[in-house]
Amino acid sequence: MKLRSAICLTSAALALAVLTLAGTLPAGATDKIDPVADAKAFQKFFTDKFPKVKFEDFVNGPYSMNEDLHRQWQEKEQFPPYEFSLEMGKEMFSKPFKNGTSYEDCFPNKGIGIRQNYPYFDEKEGKVITLELALNRCREANGEPPFSYVKDEMAALTAYMAFTSRGKPMDIKIPNDPRALEAFQNGKEYFYTRRGQLNFSCATCHVQSPGERIRAEILAPALGIMNAMPIYRSEWSGMGTTSRRFTTCNSQIRAVPLNPQDDEYRNVEYYLSYVSNGLPISGPGARP
Amino acid sequence: MRNKMFKSALALALLAAGATSALAAGAEEDFKTAYAAAESANKEAGKLRNQWTTTASTLAAAKKAADAGDFDKATASAKEAEALAKASIFQATSERTRWKEMEIR
Repeated sequence: MKLRSAICLTSAALALAVLTLAGTLPAGATDKIDPVADAKAFQKFFTDKFPKVKFEDFVNGPYSMNEDLHRQWQEKEQFPPYEFSLEMGKEMFSKPFKNGTSYEDCFPNKGIGIRQNYPYFDEKEGKVITLELALNRCREANGEPPFSYVKDEMAALTAYMAFTSRGKPMDIKIPNDPRALEAFQNGKEYFYTRRGQLNFSCATCHVQSPGERIRAEILAPALGIMNAMPIYRSEWSGMGTTSRRFTTCNSQIRAVPLNPQDDEYRNVEYYLSYVSNGLPISGPGARP
Repeated sequence: MRNKMFKSALALALLAAGATSALAAGAEEDFKTAYAAAESANKEAGKLRNQWTTTASTLAAAKKAADAGDFDKATASAKEAEALAKASIFQATSERTRWKEMEIR
C-alpha cells in the first residue's frame, strides 16, 4: 500500500514537473529547430508558386515577377542608378583610416568577395554579426566614428562589398550551437509576426503577396530578397541599406521601428539570408 | 436697495467664475488621468517591442490640445491613444503563438 502511494506521488510530481517545464519554455520551443528543412520548404514554396521564374532570378525581386518590369530593369542596368554609390564605396574602402589601417584589415580576404558569408553567427559573442555591424565595428576599433546605418556611406561600403561578390551563392552557416539555432528561430518568428496598426508581418507582403501590387509597387518575393542589398530605390531617390529597408517596412505598417542592428533585425537578416542560400548575390540592386 | 442688488450680482458672478474654473480644473484632471493611462499602456507595448506609430501621434495630438487649453479634445485623444496602445499589446500577446499559422512548412 505504502509502495503504491509512493509510486502515485512520484508520478504526480513528475507530471507536475513536466507541465511546469512546458509552461516556462517559449512558444514553439518544443518544436525541433531545423534550418535545413525550413530552407528547403521555403525555396519549394516559391518555386512552386512561380514555376516560370528561374531559380537564380528570384534575387531580382519585383523584376522577376513581371515581364514588363524585367525589360525595364534590363535597360536600367545599362546605366545603373547605384553606380555613383559603388564608386564612392570603392574609394572609401581603399582609403586608410587616420591610424593607417583600412577596412581591408578587418575582414577575411581583405573584404573582397565575402558578402555571401554575411551575416554570420559569432560563437564568442553569442550573436549574429551583419556586414553593416562589422563595418562599423571596424571603424570604431580603428578610432573612427560609426556611420549611420541607414545613410549613404554605409550603403556605399556595402554596395562595393556586394559587387565584389556578385554571382557567388549566398552561403550562410548555422554552427552547431543552440544560441545560433535560437537566433535563426527568433528571426523566423520576427518574419512571420504581425505588427503595426495595419497588422502586417514581413510575410504578409513577401510570402503571401509577391507579384501583387501594393499601390503602385509590385511586391518582391522573400526568397533572395537579401541577395540584392543594398538597393537604389527610385522611391527614396537614393541608396538604402538593409537597416533602412527593415525600419521603413516597419514604419509603413505603422509600427514604431526598432533601432538599426537591434537583435530582432540581426536575427531576421540571418533567417532570411540562410533560407536564400544557394541564390547568387546580385547587390547592389535597383528597385522602383 | 441698489447696494444689495450690486452685492448679489457680485456674488453670482463670483460663483459663476468659481464654477467655471472648477469645471476647467476637473477637465484638466480628467485629461491628466487619461493621458497617464495611455502613456502607461504605450510603455507596456514598448516592453513587448510592439509600439504603433499611431499611438505616438495620437498621444502627441492629445498633448497639443491640452497645451491649447482644449481639455475635452485632449482627453478624447488620450483615450484613443490608450485604446491603440491596448490593441498593440493584444497583438503582441496573441502573435506569440499566432505567427506559426503563416509559417511555410
